[in-house]
Amino acid sequence: MARASTADGPTFRTVLPRQRRRRSAAQRWYRRNERLVLSLLGIVAFFAVWQLGADAGIVDRFFFSSPSEVAIAGWAELQRARFWEDVRVSSVELAVGSALAVIVSVPLGLVIGWYRRLSYAFDPWLNFLNALPRVALIPLVVLWVGLGVEMKMLIVFLGAVFTIMVATVEGVRTVERQLLDVARSFRASEARIFTSLVIPGTLPFIISGLRIAVGRVLAGVIIAEFYAQTQGVGVMIAKAAATLQSDRMMFGVVLVTLLGIILYEAVGYAERWFQRWRPSLDLEETT
Amino acid sequence: MEHHLALSARGVQMEYRDRQSGKRLLALENVDLDVPDGAFVSLLGPSGCGKSTFLKIVNGLLRQTSGEIKLHRVAKGREDAMVFQDASLFPWYTVTDNVAYGLVCAGVSRKAARERVQPFIDLVGLGGFGDKYPYQLSGGMQQRANLARALAVDAAILLMDEPFASLDAQTRELMQAELLRIWNAARKTVVFVTHQIDEAVFLSDRVVVMAARPGRVIADITIDLPRPRELSVKRTPLFQDYGERIWGLLAGRQEETASQGRAS
Repeated sequence: MARASTADGPTFRTVLPRQRRRRSAAQRWYRRNERLVLSLLGIVAFFAVWQLGADAGIVDRFFFSSPSEVAIAGWAELQRARFWEDVRVSSVELAVGSALAVIVSVPLGLVIGWYRRLSYAFDPWLNFLNALPRVALIPLVVLWVGLGVEMKMLIVFLGAVFTIMVATVEGVRTVERQLLDVARSFRASEARIFTSLVIPGTLPFIISGLRIAVGRVLAGVIIAEFYAQTQGVGVMIAKAAATLQSDRMMFGVVLVTLLGIILYEAVGYAERWFQRWRPSLDLEETT
Repeated sequence: MEHHLALSARGVQMEYRDRQSGKRLLALENVDLDVPDGAFVSLLGPSGCGKSTFLKIVNGLLRQTSGEIKLHRVAKGREDAMVFQDASLFPWYTVTDNVAYGLVCAGVSRKAARERVQPFIDLVGLGGFGDKYPYQLSGGMQQRANLARALAVDAAILLMDEPFASLDAQTRELMQAELLRIWNAARKTVVFVTHQIDEAVFLSDRVVVMAARPGRVIADITIDLPRPRELSVKRTPLFQDYGERIWGLLAGRQEETASQGRAS
């Protein structure tokens, strides 16, 4: 029997290690910050195209304004007391409405999700109310409480409450059966089962409910303000548009977007705080 | 040294009604079992023989259809504590808080419980890992925490439900040896459920062999291997004789059920 002593010749295909290229300091910096650089580039490119388009007359300034005009209009707004009053009113409406929604929906959702019979009774209503476009209720809510801040808070509340409740109910149902056996095995009280198992197990669902709710509450507050025409960022946007001040209007839109980002970040912050027991995704990405 | 029975079961039956066919299924048929205080007894059998069901009935997670189980009363604390399959740790609690869970449920303050469980965390070899979360532990370490949680409530009987089934072969062997060390130190009665013949023989004073459909006891074999046992005992002829004898019992039943299946 012939024994091959070397692995040479055309019968072998050679697998080589990856070649390491030497990179300059700048290249290495870019690779570390690639994500940040490209995100910023995307944002800058958008505004550049908008600005250049407006300057060149391709983008109609009458409808779309331009970044520089929006910035100038925004700067002028920042000097006005009326503007700050609008921001304050909208923020209060958002904060109170959302807080009430969380306070009501989370405990109710936990209880409804946990007690099977309750969930049988509430499920049809929850699905109905969650499917109902809440802004359709604005005229009715106006009949109840008038055109004041209470109406707008109520619309914000209605926008979020069923969304979070449905997510919470859904989350309770996914609580791990095996962990429930552990709790029962150690004779955990009903209250302890809630605090040690049901609530922490449901939190990821509550958080994703909050995420969806952020969009709903923002839409709720703006539409309610359009409708009431009293005070708030929504009124500012509506008035600017009605008087054909597209730069002011755009500034209002940017402002609402900023509010949305702040709320999203707050939810994300809450998520990281409550879920520090989870393996972090960042670690997985780098390895 | 075995003064009294820790557990005594008489005529335990467990019936289920199958959701689809509506037929009655006997998960356990007329099970009698005596476990002396301080003994290590394994329930061994194929899946569906009702061995885990029996454990859950003892622990109170399920209620039997008929028959009775007596647990020797203890002066304070619990008669029995369960070590679960798949570790079943609360992912949002640290190791210490997981191990302290049973005590906290029994009304001990969280702070006092955390202090009281330290010796058990050390005993199972998790010293220094108290502040870790379950996801930071390997499967074997999670099972150690699972074991410590049951030890911490200081129950007289440990009920262990296939605790090493999901571990890889090397870790499983290591944990078997560890369990004997801990059992020796903690002096508990253990009822250990497994489907692994060598695991049952290695660990136990007695192996109770069960068969499925209906779930029942078919043999009760005393393992006369000297203690303390090292893993090397698994390579002795006596050990292998036990293994083959039990394998014969189980395989015989398998063929029997298979031929029944063909006949019907």
